[in-house]
Amino acid sequence: MTHDHDHDHHHDHDHDHHHDHDHGHDHGHSDIPPDPALRVKALETLLTRKGLVDAAALDAYIDTYETKIGPRNGARVVARAWSDPDYLARLRQDATAAIAELGYGGRQGEHMVIVENAPGKHNLVVCTLCSCYPWSVLGLPPVWYKSDAYRARAVIDPRGVLADFGVTLPESTEISVWDSTAEVRYLVIPERPAGSAGLSEEQLADLVTRDSMIGTGLAARAPGTSP
Amino acid sequence: MKPSDLPLDRLGPLPLDQDGTPVFAEPWQASAFALTLRLHELGAFTWAEWADSLGAELSSQRADCGPNDGSVYYERWLAALQTLLARKGIVAADELLQMRDAWAEAYAHTPHGQPVKLRA
Repeated sequence: MTHDHDHDHHHDHDHDHHHDHDHGHDHGHSDIPPDPALRVKALETLLTRKGLVDAAALDAYIDTYETKIGPRNGARVVARAWSDPDYLARLRQDATAAIAELGYGGRQGEHMVIVENAPGKHNLVVCTLCSCYPWSVLGLPPVWYKSDAYRARAVIDPRGVLADFGVTLPESTEISVWDSTAEVRYLVIPERPAGSAGLSEEQLADLVTRDSMIGTGLAARAPGTSP
Repeated sequence: MKPSDLPLDRLGPLPLDQDGTPVFAEPWQASAFALTLRLHELGAFTWAEWADSLGAELSSQRADCGPNDGSVYYERWLAALQTLLARKGIVAADELLQMRDAWAEAYAHTPHGQPVKLRA
């Protein structure tokens, strides 16, 4: 990753944390954090003084998104959909409610919609405007999802994008590209891998990768099956 | 301008990653993210307003050809938050600048290794 800015020596000096003294230089005063860090700090101070935020609430969000919410949530939704036809029917009818059954709910008021892969049919999700993403089931979006390259090419050249991810589909496969918005987020239900009939829901969830739920990948092969 | 209006050869390669890559490269990115969620939950703005603001910042970024690999994403995020808070009359632009300078001042005057405290 390249940074044009002076990010390299940023440390969180606002608290009594340990300090890294292996800087190779010595200013005699605390390193001034890069501009965006100062602006965030200023916002935090102002909003705290206005009584709108507090440190505990902010830490809770960060902890949730760093450790508690991630693609494993979505993988459990997909595994349940593969295993339980009634659950799949509920997902098709109202994905937001069916996903909430498993305890996963969004706070942005987004409406979840599933798009199902099938033989001859592949789905790819993008947000051309910004980076709308089904956070409640996939966590925060990967860097490539937020890049201009992906946001543009997914629409113009989905096959080329899939090739970059190492996915080649038959020429006859129809690819649908779904543009997420603030209101509607899509979750791809990948095709259930061949040879996975005897697997438990938990074992099935292990085959569901993050990328397979965005459409830039496929579910992993079932153990013991060959390509 | 939408990204799909750009010629393909100007877009560069996809910044591919591994599953499980850390979601925040630096602590301030996590703070900017958390502030946004908290303020939305408090009703300071709707999520559609937020998406519009972020989308507008991301579009303006392409005009000046910054690194296009997602690394400036949270800088755009922060700019979008500032813009939205100013528009909503929650944090004025000059108020923010003054506080930013006060923090820079505090860092500059705190001996290395001491906790940085904002004066007044």
